[in-house]
Parts: sequence; structure tokens; C-alpha cells
Amino acid sequence: MSLQISDKTYDPEFVQKLEEISGENFHKCMQCGTCTAACPMEEKMEESPRRIILLSHWGLKEKVTDSNTVWLCATCQTCYARCPRGIDITKVMEAIRQLSLRENENYVEPNKISEETLGDVPQIALVSCFRRHTS
Amino acid sequence: MKTLYYPGCTLKAKALNLDASARAALAALDVELVELERWNCCGAVFSLADDDLIRLVAPVRDLARVVEMGGDEVVTTCSMCYNTLARANEVVREDEEKRDTLNAFMEEEPDYDGRVNVLHLLTFLRDRVGWDTIRSKVQKPLEGLKVAPYYGCTLVRPASVSIDKGVKRTVFEEFIEALGARAVPFAEDTNCCSSYQVVSNPEAAEESASRILGSALEQEADLIATSCPLCEYNLGAKQSEIREKKQDMKEIPTLYFTQLLAMALGLDEKVCRFDLNPEWVRESLGTLGLVEVDS
Repeated sequence: MSLQISDKTYDPEFVQKLEEISGENFHKCMQCGTCTAACPMEEKMEESPRRIILLSHWGLKEKVTDSNTVWLCATCQTCYARCPRGIDITKVMEAIRQLSLRENENYVEPNKISEETLGDVPQIALVSCFRRHTS
Repeated sequence: MKTLYYPGCTLKAKALNLDASARAALAALDVELVELERWNCCGAVFSLADDDLIRLVAPVRDLARVVEMGGDEVVTTCSMCYNTLARANEVVREDEEKRDTLNAFMEEEPDYDGRVNVLHLLTFLRDRVGWDTIRSKVQKPLEGLKVAPYYGCTLVRPASVSIDKGVKRTVFEEFIEALGARAVPFAEDTNCCSSYQVVSNPEAAEESASRILGSALEQEADLIATSCPLCEYNLGAKQSEIREKKQDMKEIPTLYFTQLLAMALGLDEKVCRFDLNPEWVRESLGTLGLVEVDS
């Protein structure tokens, strides 16, 4: 897969927003891939956690937000626990989710969850899901 | 001994078995869990957005209630509540600007300064009750039982709020051994069960749960002990569906650690509320000789 990178593809506003919302300096990532190796959801992700950090650093907004990666992240914090650079990657993932959610684009629509699921799952499943996946 | 107790929403609804067994077991250990007055939902997850302070109001308000009741410590059994309360407390303690903003927003409450100690019940049992006391009160030691302690994520990450900050985590293992059972180490003990992804991405959730169950089975554990109602749901309630798809997978019951404690203390089975565990679990416990089942 080839990528075009130039001053025209770099979205400074996107990078600035990620920095602000996450409070993390993800530019210090050295691309070792420990986060990807540790991630329990990695196999189902279109872009690995390592790639998401790289694409964010390069300011490639659409590449980042079009990927399913952040929606599969369960914020288990394993990546953060193992990152040799001490980056809380789950905060960067949250910042990317927030960019979509704050434009009122819910990932999960509460009224589309089946009655069966609503009646079956523990309350914390719904509260946490809505917190991470709805605006 | 008395301690302030934050049950959280799920323990008042789907996880009544966690609440009932915790209260009964603690009473048998001469500890009264005094429920926090006017507590509210903590939000279940800690807000990871740096500019989203409003989501800290709920857990901080709960901590302010502890002070209001004259306390300086609160105990919770749900792993997600523990994590959310402990992390919100950290923010109040460490970030003066955020603390001031939160206090200004909650103007009807006295200012909260982060003084409350948030404890998970496992740590409370170790540090306030003590393993020796528990050992001395065990009526029915769980001898020969191989228990896989499933910590999951929220009891141990991030490191700053881990319930066991030692180089090697041992609190859950020590608990199991105090009951006379054997703690079985397994590779997936702190790996994610997929949490709320069971609502958003159920297929991915099944795979995560399947890996954890497989790992405990590989070590020949008899059962998995849990502390979080969502882990319990993903590994326990969803297990039959997982096994239907993976025909070669054996069943492995999951129980809340408080249910194990109540059993070892020799309490009436009713306090365990096994009726709220999946139906097959009680039968499985019968096979393990833990409960009497009609033949």
C-alpha cells in the first residue's frame, strides 16, 4: 500500500485537535509496534494501533478516521502499560473517537440495540458503551 | 468494623449476586458495609478526553459523599466502578486547575480535595481484614479446587491505580489460597474480555472471551473467579454461545470472588444467589462438590 505525503496532505488542525483532546505527545512514538503486539483487538483492525499513531503524526485525517480501529479499541490500556515511550495510546484513540462523536456521528445508536441485548447485558456494559460510542 | 460501601448500578440490578454475597460474607467477617447515601452512577468508564471535565463530576460527587458521611475510605466490589472512582480521585489530587473547576461547578457541594482512599474489596480483605482472619473463619475450605483468578483490565491498569502495585501481582491468588483453594496461574489473567464491545462488536467480543476461557482451561482450572460484572457476563453468561461455536471447548464455570468467599465461610447457599449465574453453573458446581444438587 502506497501513501502520498506532502505539505498538502498534512492537516494541522486535525493534529492540533488530537493533541488538545488527548493531552498526549504522540509525536514521540518510535514506531516499535509494541502496542500492536499487545492489542487484543488488533486482528480485526483495518489499521494497527502503531499505524494509527503514525498516520496521526503525519496529519492524514481521513486515513485515521476512516479506519475501524478506534471503534474496536476497548480502552483496556494494555498498549499504554507496555509503551516504552509512555504514550497513553488509549487517550489518542479517544481523541479520534471524539472528533467523530462531536459531529454527532454516533457509532452505536442506542435505539437500534435489540430488546434482547438491552435486557440481558449488565448496566455497566450499556453505560460504558454509550460513553465511548455515542456523543 | 464498619466501612463505607459504594455498590454501583449493576450491583443493584444484574449483579445482585455480587452484592448479596459480598454483604453476607463481610458480615460473617464482622465487617458492616455501610452503603453510601445518595450515591450516583460513576459513569462506568473514566473519561479519556482531556477537555471533558464534565464526565468527572459523577465520580467526584460520589467521593464527596464519602466525606459528607464523615469517612475517609470507600470500598467497592465492581472493577469498573473501582477504576472510575480511583482515576477520578487521582485527577482531583494531582491537577489543581481541574480540581478548582470541578469544585466551582459543584457549587452546591462542599469542596472536595481528593482525601478519600478508594479501595477494591480484594485489597480491603487483605489490608483491613487480613488473610489470617479469613483463614481462621473458613468453615468449608475449598480444598483441591483449582481457581483461575481473572483480574481483567480495570483492577490493574493503569499502574497508578492497580489494586496490587507489587512487581508481581498476588492479591487475588492470596485470596484464593486463604480459602483453601489453589490459585492457578494462566496467561490471559489480565487480558481484556472486550468489555462493552460485547454491545458494539459482539463477534470480536466472543473471540476475546474465548481466548481467556481457553487459557484457563489449558491450565486445567476448575473455575474462573471474577470481580467485574461485565467480565462475568462476557466469560460466564456468553459462554454457552461461545461453546456452541467451538464444539471442542469444555465448560468452565465463572463465579464472583465473593461467592467463593461466602461458600468457604460456610454461609447458606442462598446468599450466593446462584439463580443469577447462568443455569448450568450450579450443576457444574455440584460436579465439583461445591453445592448439593438433586441427582
